[in-house]
Amino acid sequence: MTTDPHDPGAAHGLKTTLVVGLEIHVELATASKMWTAAPNVAHPDHFDAEPNTLLSPVAVGLPGTLPVMNKAAVEMSVKVGLALNCSIAKRSKWDRKSYYYPDLPKNYQISQYDIPLCYDGGFEIPLSNDEEPEHKHINIIRAHLEEDAGKLLHELPGGGFSDGSLVDLNRAGTPLLEIVTAPDFRTADEAVTFCNMLRDICRHLGVTEGIMQRGHMRFEPNINVIIENKAGETFKTPIVEVKNLNSFRAVHGAIIHEHTRQVEAWMVDGRVMGGGEKSTRGWDDAKEVTTLQREKEDAHDYRYFPDPDLVEVVVDEAWLEEQRAALPELPAAKRKRYIDDLHLKPIDADTLLAEPANAAYFDAVIDAGADSKRTGAFLLNTAMKRANEHNTTLDRLGATPQQTAGLVAMLANDKISSSAAEPLFGYCCESDETPEKLAEHHGLIQVSDDGALDAWVDEVIANPKLAQAVEDVKAGKGKAIGALVGAVMKLSKGQANPKAVSAKINEKLSG
Amino acid sequence: MDVTNTTMLGVRDAVASKEVSAVEVTRAYLDRIEKHNEALGAYLEVHDERALQRAADVDKGQLTGPLAGVPIAVKDLFCTSYGKTTASSRMLENYRSPFTATAVQRLEDAGAIILGKTSMDEYAMGSSCETCAFGGAKNPWDPSRVPGGSSGGSAAAMAADLCAAAIGSDTGGSIRQPAALTGVVGMKPTYGRISRYGMIAFASSLDQCGPFARTVADAALLLKVMSGVDPMDATSAPVDVEPDLDEVEREVKNLRIGVAKQYMLEGANDPAVQQATDDAIKFYESQGATIVEVDLPHTKYGIPVYYVVATAECSSNLARYDGVHFGHRTAEPANDIVELFSKSRAEGFGDEVKRRIMLGTYALSSGYYDAYYNRALKVRRLIKNDFDAAFEQCDAILCPTTTTPAFKIGEKADDPLSMYLNDVYTVNAPLAGIAGISLPAGTTEVDGKALPVGVQLIGDAFAEAKLLRVARLYEAGHDHWNLRPAL
Repeated sequence: MTTDPHDPGAAHGLKTTLVVGLEIHVELATASKMWTAAPNVAHPDHFDAEPNTLLSPVAVGLPGTLPVMNKAAVEMSVKVGLALNCSIAKRSKWDRKSYYYPDLPKNYQISQYDIPLCYDGGFEIPLSNDEEPEHKHINIIRAHLEEDAGKLLHELPGGGFSDGSLVDLNRAGTPLLEIVTAPDFRTADEAVTFCNMLRDICRHLGVTEGIMQRGHMRFEPNINVIIENKAGETFKTPIVEVKNLNSFRAVHGAIIHEHTRQVEAWMVDGRVMGGGEKSTRGWDDAKEVTTLQREKEDAHDYRYFPDPDLVEVVVDEAWLEEQRAALPELPAAKRKRYIDDLHLKPIDADTLLAEPANAAYFDAVIDAGADSKRTGAFLLNTAMKRANEHNTTLDRLGATPQQTAGLVAMLANDKISSSAAEPLFGYCCESDETPEKLAEHHGLIQVSDDGALDAWVDEVIANPKLAQAVEDVKAGKGKAIGALVGAVMKLSKGQANPKAVSAKINEKLSG
Repeated sequence: MDVTNTTMLGVRDAVASKEVSAVEVTRAYLDRIEKHNEALGAYLEVHDERALQRAADVDKGQLTGPLAGVPIAVKDLFCTSYGKTTASSRMLENYRSPFTATAVQRLEDAGAIILGKTSMDEYAMGSSCETCAFGGAKNPWDPSRVPGGSSGGSAAAMAADLCAAAIGSDTGGSIRQPAALTGVVGMKPTYGRISRYGMIAFASSLDQCGPFARTVADAALLLKVMSGVDPMDATSAPVDVEPDLDEVEREVKNLRIGVAKQYMLEGANDPAVQQATDDAIKFYESQGATIVEVDLPHTKYGIPVYYVVATAECSSNLARYDGVHFGHRTAEPANDIVELFSKSRAEGFGDEVKRRIMLGTYALSSGYYDAYYNRALKVRRLIKNDFDAAFEQCDAILCPTTTTPAFKIGEKADDPLSMYLNDVYTVNAPLAGIAGISLPAGTTEVDGKALPVGVQLIGDAFAEAKLLRVARLYEAGHDHWNLRPAL
């Protein structure tokens, strides 16, 4: 038996295999909650709502209230299901999952028990960062829709002392898509790659902003280890579910830690899987260890039964086909197209794809007829700088894709200089006029006209402060011309064609 | 105005023609409530000021509609944004709802004047009004007897002319049984006819709002006003409300009345009940109807199925009453949240409610679900199939509403099984989701007092218009409808 030095069993002469499945909760960014018109805290308009301000009688579960299904949440879930290559149930239903907890107003959660909306899907994940990586298929067992619970706070908002627990129901009733994978992961890296890709997919579908700190996505890995001893006997450690992880780092850390911890625990107590021994653990971000929360989950009886307040979800075949047809290009396909067809560098493609709105804006500019490489260069260098300054995305800067495409074309045709591109983009962001008109109006059209260039060049050459540069150029020091060209560009407010200026200076000084 | 000698439509027309003002009418009912409610316990809370204000609005022409000026009593299961909404439970003793139930809102939008909230069995669980936490209603025909339940207060108010009409809810018979025991018309519409929004849930798949009235025509108008889909209730039926729903005088051609042996439990029926039912069959025959024998073989499973489905749903529906967000919270110290829940619920709920929560929790528990709840759902489907087949052969099924007239207060209070058997003729209609109506069928003398008996007509889903016409035929041929208790 050969052992892998990274295997935590290796030191003990054991060969171990990590087995991980994931449950991922995605808060859907619908405008309203799952069962009522009250606003949804997972929607960007309500991210920072004060506690208990996103309520309605239904959200609080007041006597006499009834849930009414939010169709938008079902549509978003179907989109995700299709993107994850799932089958969509023609008929699914709602079930009540009963448990008493103060953040759950009805003391039951409306969920989907035996008939999930989406089932049997999956996608390929790359196993390395190589140019041509190997891939592995991860199976998705199901993706079902349910409602989120509220939150318990143990201190006052802002941090003041509270002598009791406080309930904030803003999150109660937020539509939650729970995606469950098969136990297909063998390393923490695989799991994190999957989580990252899933987040990208959801963000590109527009179903969530995917802000981890806000809990838009929460991960619960189910982890155990297959241990093989020297005699070739195998043992499976009891499955541990780590609850409520909300960063990739935590997912990675929890899996790594559990791998080691479970091997060591087995060596002490020899406990193996079976008899419903699924314990739940939490993640301590500071200590980077998992901690025991509940020993046996099977103590819970959720008493599922179909919710009599709701009717079946019937998915119409024609509607489903429309959804399938309307599915946007997914990030993996987009990345491939950017690199293979549009000739972007992988790093540039990734930069654009990191923010779905930026990628969509790039696509729109290309659709408006602009050259892809020049558009990429312009957006990543000039437009992105402005977006970062304004802490927003390209589509929200104010310039239409048509304007930007026009600007890129002017650059390509030498109608403007690259130094004029930034101010011109700024004007585009603040005006509906075409970039041509704006460039003319603001005197940004590149000037190659001899007379005008002569005047600017002569003025610069005559400038005593630049005498040294003039001498250097005359002496054949090629680099010195940069200072002179720069001065002309500044003098011309970017209008001069730098190539023509350069030629003109050389002409004048070599004479 | 003498309100003891009229109908809801009579009151409405008198107000409309200015023969009497809405304020006078309202005051007349309020005076009667003042005089008799203490003895009858029909109302838990009377909204006199608000009622008079709205009556004045009617008189000023500011409040109009098909029910303008009609004073109505509302079972305390319906949320109102005014006054308290208690479901007759200690748990909600001081609960005030921020909104009004759709059914009540529709009545008010039609110009009705809500007089107050009526007593009921706690959370609608009971058949006698005795599980009310605040003293149940009594039968106006004999105050030592129950008015039936769970909508006992609404039935008593109707029977005693403490309102021109009333509404209640029927889950296993909670409108029809008290209607029969108090001698008024009570109707359970098809499931989904009237929105459940704002009606505190007992058993969601069975609960249905319906009217109490002096006459079939009164009930028909109330039904018409309250019916129709509601965006707040996903189970409200997207079925158009027939414009002629309240035209009860229309003839039903080639009328076929179904009679089922399973609804003629001769040994169980009081002779007066049996007589009233036999007479009704003869009456329809005399009117040219064909009497058809129909078979409803799964009827006998109705009670057990009902007590599995209803308790399972109630165990879940009542989970929210834990003293955290609203409802009674224990004043006792609690060491943890589970203890807070347990103590609050132990103090807030009465015995019958606790009994049903426990039964339902058991039925839904892991390992029992298939044997109880799932099997009950399957039998429920068979019961529905029975009715579907029967309505191929007949227009309505005629049967008693209850086996006996009103029983004595306390007589069955400690015998839940005997109490549950009260529902034997009424549970199957809600299980099948279909409509039923109880009609006054005269009185019988018991211990020197006249006690009403009822007959029931069961009709197909969304066929209330026909059912009401069949009912009106019976009503028109008798004077039972106008028998009123001497108070």
